[in-house]
This record gives sequence, structure tokens and C-alpha cells, in this order.
Amino acid sequence: MTTRPDPAQGGESVHPAVALVQPDVTSGGRLIRTLGVVTAVCGVLIVAAWQFTLPAIAANKKIVLERSVKALAPAATHIEEYDASAGGLKKAAGDPAAGAVRFYAAYGSDGGLLAIAAEGASRGYADVVRVLYGYRPECECIFGFKVVQMKETPGIGDKVTTDTAFVANFEHLSVKLAPDMKALFNAVKTVKHGTKKNPWEIDAIAGATITSKAVGRGINESVQKLLPLLAPHIEDLKQGNEK
Amino acid sequence: MNSKQAGVTMDTFLEGIWRQNPVFVMVLGMCPTLAVTVSAVNALGMGVATTFVLVCSCGLISLMRHQIPKEVRIATYIVIIATFVTLVDYIIQAVSLTLYDALGAFIQLIVVNCIILGRVEAHAAKNPPLPAMVNALGMGIGFTLGLLALGSVREILGVGQLFGYTLFGANFQPWVVMVLPPGGFFVLGAWLLLFAVLTKRKQANAAIAESSVQGGRHGA
Amino acid sequence: MPQLLNLLCKGAVMEHESLGQIFIITLLSSNFVLAMFLGLCPFLGVSGRLDTAVPMGIATSFVMLVASLCSYGLNALLAYAGLEFLRLISYIVVIASTVQLVEMVMKKFSPALFRALGIYLPLITTNCAVLGVALFQTARGYDLGQAVAFSLGGGLGFTLALVLMAGVRERLRLSDIPGVMQGTALSLLLAGVLSLAFMGFAGVGVAR
Repeated sequence: MTTRPDPAQGGESVHPAVALVQPDVTSGGRLIRTLGVVTAVCGVLIVAAWQFTLPAIAANKKIVLERSVKALAPAATHIEEYDASAGGLKKAAGDPAAGAVRFYAAYGSDGGLLAIAAEGASRGYADVVRVLYGYRPECECIFGFKVVQMKETPGIGDKVTTDTAFVANFEHLSVKLAPDMKALFNAVKTVKHGTKKNPWEIDAIAGATITSKAVGRGINESVQKLLPLLAPHIEDLKQGNEK
Repeated sequence: MNSKQAGVTMDTFLEGIWRQNPVFVMVLGMCPTLAVTVSAVNALGMGVATTFVLVCSCGLISLMRHQIPKEVRIATYIVIIATFVTLVDYIIQAVSLTLYDALGAFIQLIVVNCIILGRVEAHAAKNPPLPAMVNALGMGIGFTLGLLALGSVREILGVGQLFGYTLFGANFQPWVVMVLPPGGFFVLGAWLLLFAVLTKRKQANAAIAESSVQGGRHGA
Repeated sequence: MPQLLNLLCKGAVMEHESLGQIFIITLLSSNFVLAMFLGLCPFLGVSGRLDTAVPMGIATSFVMLVASLCSYGLNALLAYAGLEFLRLISYIVVIASTVQLVEMVMKKFSPALFRALGIYLPLITTNCAVLGVALFQTARGYDLGQAVAFSLGGGLGFTLALVLMAGVRERLRLSDIPGVMQGTALSLLLAGVLSLAFMGFAGVGVAR
């Protein structure tokens, strides 16, 4: 405890009205002043730390992003970030606005658009499964995915990254838009192990169906939102790197 | 309060590492202890982050201990602790995003780690900065060692690795439950059990020694 | 370009989770105590008896709901002002003062309720589950309804874990346990068994 005398002691004989005006040795002003000083010092510390670490954090995030996108499109030399919304495409800055979908355009050394990557997320067995998938406009298909974050059971759910048969589902996963450009012609769907018939279906891993479905659902949700917004501007995007 | 007797002794430092170990003796700060210790690296990261917050906030609060009015002390402590946690949050993001991702929200939850508020209230608020920080450092190291004890056991049993290096041959069948939530409870429970057995044996030995001394006296 | 690449934090397109889904999942398969390790100190400390476990759980649930609402508003305010780096410090300050406020209001308007729950309220301020609700709902970008479902599920999940544990511990008091096992070690091993049991709920509420 502190050195100050306890306000409760010695103040008992004071008339209540007086006690209300001067409650104890520590005046309200002093309390506020102390809290104010402490808060000001803390504020300065936080802002200083924020300013100081900002470049390093941004650089770190850039490295992680480039590594993830390059894992999908190894030939990419240059990655641009965009937000797609009903109003068109915009270079990304800050958090994406409500309704906007963040995506990454990967360009090769010749400036050609190699691939588009975006993130999808869905709840799996244990927690959210986040995946980054690659989309190629020429084939209107998904050509691969990479797990960004997942807490699925080791040895069961995490097979989605290692099971070659499952990964092969995504080498040419059809995500053709319907003629009205509002949704997919065939929604991406995860089906029971061994029953895949169509190019828009994903063959689930036996014994890890929930995680397999989470991957498929996350991609479907994201694609359904992204592609209708993206489709009208795909040519702009191809030229994106030339200006 | 007498700042004279509060010198820095070896015990100021060692208290937190052994006699008052926050994980195994006081059983404080359980949430991060169990949640992040799925691997030794995470345990180390969490331990170092907590130690940093502990030492800095104990130092600052000890410096200001005469200025902080008693009525608002808890609020002041929480604000100061939250500041250092925010600092550590940004520093970890700047150092390694992988670690940041693995520790997740538990970095920010250091604020409500009982060890820190407990140390501040019980030690830093009564002692000069140097002993307060030395004591906090000891506590932090004790906490880190506790986390490492958990993290390494869980990583070795659960994935057959330690600090990411594979320890066993290909035939090793990992004990997956150890890296799942129940494993955290089991491993900490087992450690506590081990310490309880050791304490019990020590007490029993002491009692035997005591009685034999007394018996000798009687004989004489 | 400060927050250019928050790939790992948020901004991903998350499928819309229904309120019931969030509630059930936080209640059972990702139970705050047994799967996410939040609020362990009261879980181990107050789970000795059923008649304290129930009010503690209810008081915590209530504070979690209030904290969730407050932090939702606060986060919107901070995001609007572009002051995200003050999030943690303002959350904890607001939660601590809300708890105090709740305590005062309860004392004034419902002394009976205050007598039942009052002693637990100060403990709750430093309960990770309360700050955890605020932090997790922010990290997951829940809207108001989802945040309420999340905090209700979390609070009731906490209560459920506490009550189950108290029930087991009450019965254990009558049984013959070796001396070394008594105390925290036994509680932790029991919690491990409960946690194992709750793992059986994994997958419940996840859309097929």
C-alpha cells in the first residue's frame, strides 16, 4: 500500500456535508491530473511505437503476401492489390470498404496478367479455415489454393494441404460465370469422397469431410462475390501494369 | 514502507523462478499458459513478451509509486500495462508475423494476465524501481520456463519435434491430443502432480530426519 | 500505405454465419473455457461448489454481453476516427469502468441481485473471457447481431463448463483421492477430460 494516510481514518468525525466537499486527502483534481498525466504518457508511448514499427510491419506483411501469392503463381514478379466493388476497381488502401472484395493481381516479367489471387474463409472443424486461391481469367478456373490459416486437427483436417488427390481438385476447378454475370454458372461444391463428376466439384477427403467442405465453401463464397464484380474490368486489369 | 530494506538480493530475483514460480506454484496466468504452448517456439515468444510487459510496467509503476493516488491505482496500473502490451503487440508484428499469427489474440490478452497485476500490486507498488524490475525479471523468466516446460513436452509428444526439429524417426506416431486443447490441461496437470509428489517426498524425508534427530536426543 | 497488407488479420470474405450457428459453436465446440482457454482463473477458482458456480457464470455472461456491446460501439468509433492503435487500451478501460457501472446500477436498483452477484463482479474485470469476447469479435469482424450471439454463446458456454466442473468436484469431495492428487493438479486433469468430451462436439453447427 502507499504511504498516504488512509482517508477513512480520522475523517469519521467530520460532518457528512463537509466530507462531501472535501472527501479525503486526495482531491478529485489530483486524481484527474494523475490519470491525465499517465494517460498522456501512455498515449505518447503507443503512438511512438506505432509510428516506429509501422514500416517494418508493412514490409513484413508485404513479404508474407508476396510469398503466398508466389506460391500460387511462381512466375509473378509484381503484385498489385485492388478492391473490387460495385463502383469498379480501386487500388487497395486500408481495410476494404463494406461490400468490397480485396484481391491481388499477379503480373509476370513481361507485364502480362498471370493470375488473380483472393482469400476465402469458412468455418472448419476446429476454427476458421482461411485459404488463398488463384484464379486465371483465360480458363475461367481456379488453378490452386494455399491455406493461410487453420487450426484443424493435425493428421486429419490438415490433410487438405498434403493430400495430393485433394489438391488435384483445384488444378482446374471451373468457376464459369452465368450469362447474367451475377453468379457462377455452377457453384463450387464439395462432394462426398469418390463422387466427383463435374469440373466444378471438389472431391472431399475421406474422414476429413468437414475441413474439405470448409475449403470448398470458403472459395465458393469468395468467388461468388468477387467474379461478378471483377468480370467487367478484367481487360483494364490486363492493361493495369502498362501505365 | 521502508525503501531501505528493499535492497536487491539474490532472492529478489530467484523468488519468481523457483519458490513462487507463477506457473507451477502460484498457478496464475493460465489462459496464455495453456493456449499458446502447442510448441516450444510459441511458448518462448509468449514468455518473452510477458516478461517485457512485466519488467517495463513494474519499473514504470515503481517509479511513479508515490505519485499514484490509491483510489485510482488499479485504473492507472491497467492503463500502463495496456500500453506496454500494445507496444509488444506492434513489436512482435514487426519482428515476425508468423509468431504473431500463432499467438493471436493472446498477445493482447497479456493485459488481463493475473501475474502482471499481481506483481505490480504486491511488489512494484512498494519497492524502488531496481528491485521491482529485478523481481519482475525473475517472475518473467519463471513464467517463460514454465511455458517452455509445457510447450516442449506438448511439441515433443504431439508432433515429435522440438523447436521445429524432428526428433524421432519416420515410425514415430505423434500423440496428436497433446497439441489439442485437452493436452494442455493434461500436461500442466501432470507437471503439477510431479511437483506435488516431489514436495511430498521432500516433506516426508524432512520429517524422517526430524524424528531421527529427536529420537537421538531422547536416547541421549 | 499503412494498413496495406492485412492479409492475415481480416479483410477476407467470410461466409455469413447465422446467429444460431455462432451461438452453438461458441457454446459447445469452441467453448471459451475448454477449447479456447479463456477465463481459466475463475474456472479453477470458483468451480468448487455448484451454488457459487451458477451465479458466477451468470454474472460473467452478463458482463460479457455488456462488454461485447460496448466494444462493438467503441470499435466502430475508433475505426471511424482511424485510431485503431488505441483499441486495446480503450477496450480494457471501458470494460473495467462498465463493470464498475454495472455494479453501481445493480446496487441501486436491484439489491437482491447485487447481493447474489456483487462479490463476483470485481473478479470479472480481469477475466480473460470478457476481454477475449471483445478482441475475438473484433478480429472476426462480427456485426452487432453476431457479436451478441457470440457473447451469449461464450457466456453460457463459460457457465456450462463451470457448472459441469463444479458438479464433478462436489462429488469428488466424497471420494477417496490420494493426497498428492488433491488440489489444482486434479482440477486440471478433470478439465482435460471435460475438454476431451467437448471435442466430441466439433463440427456441430458447421454447415454441411
